[in-house]
Amino acid sequence: MPEPIPQYSVEIEQLSFSRGDRPIYTDINMRFPKGKVTAIMGPSGIGKTTLLRLIGGQIKPDSGSIVFRGHNIPTLGRKKLYQVRQDMSMLFQSGALFTDMSVFDNVAFAIREHTKLPEDIIRTMVLLKLEAVGLRGARDLMPHELSGGMARRAALARAIALDPKLIMYDEPFAGQDPISMGVIVRLIKQLNDSLGLTSIVVSHDVPEVMSIADFVYIIADQRVIGKGTPQELLDHESPLVQQFMQGLPDGPVPFHFKAEDYHCELLGGVK
Amino acid sequence: MILNMLQSIGAGVFDRIGGVGRASIMLFGALFGIPSIRKGFPLFVRQIYVVGVQSLTIIMVSGLFIGMVLALQGYTVLVDYGAEDSLGPMVGLSLLRELGPVVTGLLFAGRAGSALTAEIGLMKSTEQLSSMEMMAIDPLRRVIAPRFWAGLFCMPLLAIIFSTIGILGGHLVGVEWLGIDGGNFWSIMQSKVDLVDDVFNGVIKSIVFAIVVTWISLYKGYNAVPTADGISKATTDTVVQASLAILGLDFVLTVFMFSS
Repeated sequence: MPEPIPQYSVEIEQLSFSRGDRPIYTDINMRFPKGKVTAIMGPSGIGKTTLLRLIGGQIKPDSGSIVFRGHNIPTLGRKKLYQVRQDMSMLFQSGALFTDMSVFDNVAFAIREHTKLPEDIIRTMVLLKLEAVGLRGARDLMPHELSGGMARRAALARAIALDPKLIMYDEPFAGQDPISMGVIVRLIKQLNDSLGLTSIVVSHDVPEVMSIADFVYIIADQRVIGKGTPQELLDHESPLVQQFMQGLPDGPVPFHFKAEDYHCELLGGVK
Repeated sequence: MILNMLQSIGAGVFDRIGGVGRASIMLFGALFGIPSIRKGFPLFVRQIYVVGVQSLTIIMVSGLFIGMVLALQGYTVLVDYGAEDSLGPMVGLSLLRELGPVVTGLLFAGRAGSALTAEIGLMKSTEQLSSMEMMAIDPLRRVIAPRFWAGLFCMPLLAIIFSTIGILGGHLVGVEWLGIDGGNFWSIMQSKVDLVDDVFNGVIKSIVFAIVVTWISLYKGYNAVPTADGISKATTDTVVQASLAILGLDFVLTVFMFSS
């Protein structure tokens, strides 16, 4: 009997991770369906990027499993991990383009490293990817000559150069003007649908994420506090989820950092 | 109080041991890391240009001036004893045994070592190393290994060039300017300088210094805290630690090579 085709590209079970004494995640469970855009949202500094690094095997969890296409990432040896990474890709917040190479060479980099294809085929592949992100004409520019939005798109072309199965976006909309943001939102959805990728988008830009995500996780306090389709989350009953979705300044996540009584402190400690 | 002090000393020691361990793993990765001749050789050649060829000017100019100063100072002392003909071996031995490898090492640490640390530290802070890892390309192989081998290859050559130019500088001052007999300058030097004891030992020293300087530079960059402050500290650490390591190792090597 043939094995059933797994429904999920990445499955995280009972994952715990801490930095020194500070717990980041405690026993979280998440699943990322194949071929879909799944968003991870949450306040700044709660370790959303850390989660992507855990999936990519750049850091190891304290406990729990992260299964990507049948491989439990934390248990893999270095060689196997590098093999598995050929099926995944990540778009870094800064773009992380190689500053000593042109846009063309940046996109060609992974192809040249992992294949022995002749240069004319590499050229065709790179131009196809650059055309997809609208930067075919910018192929000879150096990264410092690109605007922030263009750099992010060039990095996106590089991320899809080898047709990965999974692509992780780390804050793809951060610091973008409305036009660039619109372009990147459209590209993420388009690439996901046309290339059959599984996409994980880490972001706290609620409207943009809601417009493209098939499924959303909201993380806070070291755990998943809400999950569901965008509509389900908009109707979610948790005050914490609602505070986040509506961008309210005060609520379960307080506006003020923990401090002693305000009046007392102004009066120099006199009660 | 005492307990806290002991605790912090212990933590410091563990931290150092951990650092040596991490540095060793990195060195191991660099030593055995060149992916293939086809991909590795162009990277190696490029790094030879960056760390070696671009250091040539400072090495040659420094070598010339040090050789000239050495000859000038040596002459003023030797002439009092009527031994100015020994200027040739004095300049040659000083440069080949000590000044060549040591000063080249110090200059290399300041010129190429600091640049390597800053470059790798910046690659880390701009997530270029992380993105390489995520593309399933090992930065130890792609970035660290070619730089390490290029440093190891270039520094002994630079030391030889430094000594050669220094000797020519000594000749310029001693023979051309101060009027020592040119034949004596070269022939006495030739009879006093031994190929194995002096020239080879000097080259061995520079190979040891090359390993240490390049290793420290790459490790400090690879392990830098990815902030402006962190990279600045890593670059300073590279120059300070590499310089001290060169001077300390020079003494140890000199004891083994020349003390008998």
